[in-house]
Amino acid sequence: MNRLKQFITDFGWPRIIIALFLISLFFAAPFVDVRIDTSFSDLFNRFGMNAVLVLAMVPMVQSGCGLNFGLPLGVIAGLLGSTLSIEMGMTGTAGFAMAIAIACLFAMVLGYGYGKLLNRVKGDEMMIATYVGFSSVAFMSILWLLLPFKSPTMVWGFAGKGLRTTISLEGFWSHILNDFLAFRIGENFVFPTGMILFFAVICLLVWSFMHTKTGTALTAVGSNPEFARASGIDVNRMRTISVVFSTMLGAVGILVYQQSFGFIQLYNAPFYMAFPAVAAILLGGASVNKASMVNVIVGTLLFQGILTMTPSVINSVLKTDMSEVIRIIVSNGMILYALTRRTKVSK
Amino acid sequence: MNSRNPILQITNVGKEYYGNRVLKDISFDLYPGEILGLVGENGAGKSTLMNILFGMPVIADTGGYEGTISINGTAVRFRTPFDALDAGIGMVHQEFSLIPGFTTTENILLNSESQKKNILDEVFGPRMDILDRPDMRRRALEAIGKLGIQLDPEMCVSEMPVGHKQFTEIAREIIRKNMKILVLDEPTAVLTESEASILLDGLKKLAGEGIGIIFISHRLQEVLDLTDKVVVLRDGLIAHEAPTAGLTIREIARRMVGRGFDSKEAEVRPSRATDETVLEVENLWVDMPGETVRDVSFSVRRGEIFGIGGLAGQGKLGIPNGIMGLMSAGGSVHFRDRNGVRRTAILNDPRSALEQGMAFVSEDRRGVGLLLDEPVDWNIVFTSMQIQGRFLKPIFGGLIKWRDEGAIRKTAWEYIHSLEIKCTSERQPVIELSGGNQQKICLAKAFTMKPEIMFVSEPTRGIDIGAKRLVLDTLRQYNQDYGTTIIMVSSELEELRSICDRIAVIDEGCVAGILPPGTEASEFGLLMTGVTARKTTQQQGAEQ
Repeated sequence: MNRLKQFITDFGWPRIIIALFLISLFFAAPFVDVRIDTSFSDLFNRFGMNAVLVLAMVPMVQSGCGLNFGLPLGVIAGLLGSTLSIEMGMTGTAGFAMAIAIACLFAMVLGYGYGKLLNRVKGDEMMIATYVGFSSVAFMSILWLLLPFKSPTMVWGFAGKGLRTTISLEGFWSHILNDFLAFRIGENFVFPTGMILFFAVICLLVWSFMHTKTGTALTAVGSNPEFARASGIDVNRMRTISVVFSTMLGAVGILVYQQSFGFIQLYNAPFYMAFPAVAAILLGGASVNKASMVNVIVGTLLFQGILTMTPSVINSVLKTDMSEVIRIIVSNGMILYALTRRTKVSK
Repeated sequence: MNSRNPILQITNVGKEYYGNRVLKDISFDLYPGEILGLVGENGAGKSTLMNILFGMPVIADTGGYEGTISINGTAVRFRTPFDALDAGIGMVHQEFSLIPGFTTTENILLNSESQKKNILDEVFGPRMDILDRPDMRRRALEAIGKLGIQLDPEMCVSEMPVGHKQFTEIAREIIRKNMKILVLDEPTAVLTESEASILLDGLKKLAGEGIGIIFISHRLQEVLDLTDKVVVLRDGLIAHEAPTAGLTIREIARRMVGRGFDSKEAEVRPSRATDETVLEVENLWVDMPGETVRDVSFSVRRGEIFGIGGLAGQGKLGIPNGIMGLMSAGGSVHFRDRNGVRRTAILNDPRSALEQGMAFVSEDRRGVGLLLDEPVDWNIVFTSMQIQGRFLKPIFGGLIKWRDEGAIRKTAWEYIHSLEIKCTSERQPVIELSGGNQQKICLAKAFTMKPEIMFVSEPTRGIDIGAKRLVLDTLRQYNQDYGTTIIMVSSELEELRSICDRIAVIDEGCVAGILPPGTEASEFGLLMTGVTARKTTQQQGAEQ
């Protein structure tokens, strides 16, 4: 009994309620003709698509830079990576690898500048980061039109220049991770093994980094910058490293997302990328300066689970098609809830 | 004077903060027209007593107080400062509480402005009254006149010199008609000598009108000049209460700082000090807010326990923070490393200070000393890991430096045992431990560095008496065992005298004097209160 109580305090009532709600949705699903195997398939798919983006929160949170509201900056690096890789005519695994390489390069440069900026606005990182994200998206909207891309799969057909809003990855690296070692159970359930494995590898990478000397110093900076300074740590350098790392993870994250989605979305698409990721990690129990892999996994599962299940179940109950409206209400509602409790840490 | 009834009677007042007793059995009377001087070291309980008297919420929040306070013979128990104001107690704090953009008059009459009725207030009530500016000016000038000072009633507070701000603050208190008792907390600390003497004259005039005044100050000469009676607090008790006439500065200073020698301090121990100078500090200045160091020179011998004392705000805390690179500093600091080579310490760079074999236990335990959310073992090994590269396992030929959890746990347990740190495991977050155990972790962190020179700043602040003893014994033991040079900064003179080989007293950012611990307490008291400062510094200079 005591252990149960301890577990409840550690895990937190709100998260338990959300988890119970999610489970009850799964139980309710068959009664309103929502197929449970399809739902699970969706859930794993969405989890894999978003998990790396959520993981991109971790280094910055750990170094005390707050939640990475500037995630769109990483996403832009990822978009540059994939568009340039296509422009070079690369396809398949090589194309995907090239996209990651280019994206990481851009993420390093952008992240460095972003980190330098955040070092100048200590205490207000999250507000500034939000607008770094917004303004970089707006700036790139101009560049997508002006950059001299030539590949006919990407540019507007009638003008022959300027990138389209949506670019299909069919024939390049669509589902390259999803289909790797994927297995099918029954008619409707497909487990995206490759994508989940890829996430696991990246998770291990972040976890390992946190166990090195630099990772330890970075955590200390987030925990108490004054302590870190008194221990001879260059606080600004550590923060910059974490921001670069977060931005790189954001870039890789969007590439994983794209290959599963099958399309590259340009222009305004990265605008609101940060909020679901922020909500997921907060829902997972992270605070503004402490986050773990468990937070990422639990948070992404809960957030994406609710997002998958609520619209389909409610839609079937009401027998009208308002899934998009419900999705917006649920996702923004959860973001709102998560942001209100962002200072509380759970295990 | 005693034929009249006391205006304020404090009887057996005591106070505990979380089981930590800070005041015990305080009783004294204040008569109309009397000026009472309240003196004591930092932490003697002056502020707590005034907080009780003024009904500060912090007192009620922490369990109230014992004993009674009576005003004009009726027992009172204030819940908020407003109750105290209504009962006729005025308080002038050390920090100004004035509105910078308002004029003198507006500040003095804040919330008690003269008002003129107009038609709106028939409808909306007195909130719609118009200010009667000429009358306000008249009343402000009256209050200023009462103090016998010069103040421009139309001057903006933000443009005033500090002295005038202080006057404005006092004028604001005396404007109230029912004011019977005025408490001044270090009112002359920010004033020049001439301003201070004007203020003292003003206070005498006020007392002449029958107001009882409690005057808190570290400037003992002023206390002697101004007051009728002196109450000396020490360690939460009244150490001495006597009419001012017949007291000397030396007497007050002695009462303030200690009881002279008792057997505990006389305990003989061999000093580890050698003749080799390990640290030379010349003309050090440190820009630390509230603890400015102006010009400090001293040298420390290898193996010595060197104490730095002085009153709060005089700059003693700035010295270790400056040398360790945490606060911007200048001047020159030289030290001798293990092999006796003389090196110049690089200031303003915490990393190089640590690399050169200095370690620091900060006075700001929670702010600087600890990673509160992290476990015990991290706190102990972190600095050593980052600076000396210990507790790391190289992987891929040193490309990756992996945390060596095994070695970390082992070292953590060594210190948990040897310093008797009470914790459930080495993974317990430090925030859950008591102050004394947190302090032990700070010490363990410094010990892990195996330093040549160890700075310890206020090691016993905010921990209970048993733990204090343990911390001091640990320091002394470490010094005895390893011959490590320890430089200890503390506000508690008794503590310094019990373990140090020599003690420097800091006053107004300079060394007022360096004394052996056996010197009479009154000598220390005189140095601390700045009485002999100039004379002794000259002597020091001559010796060097």
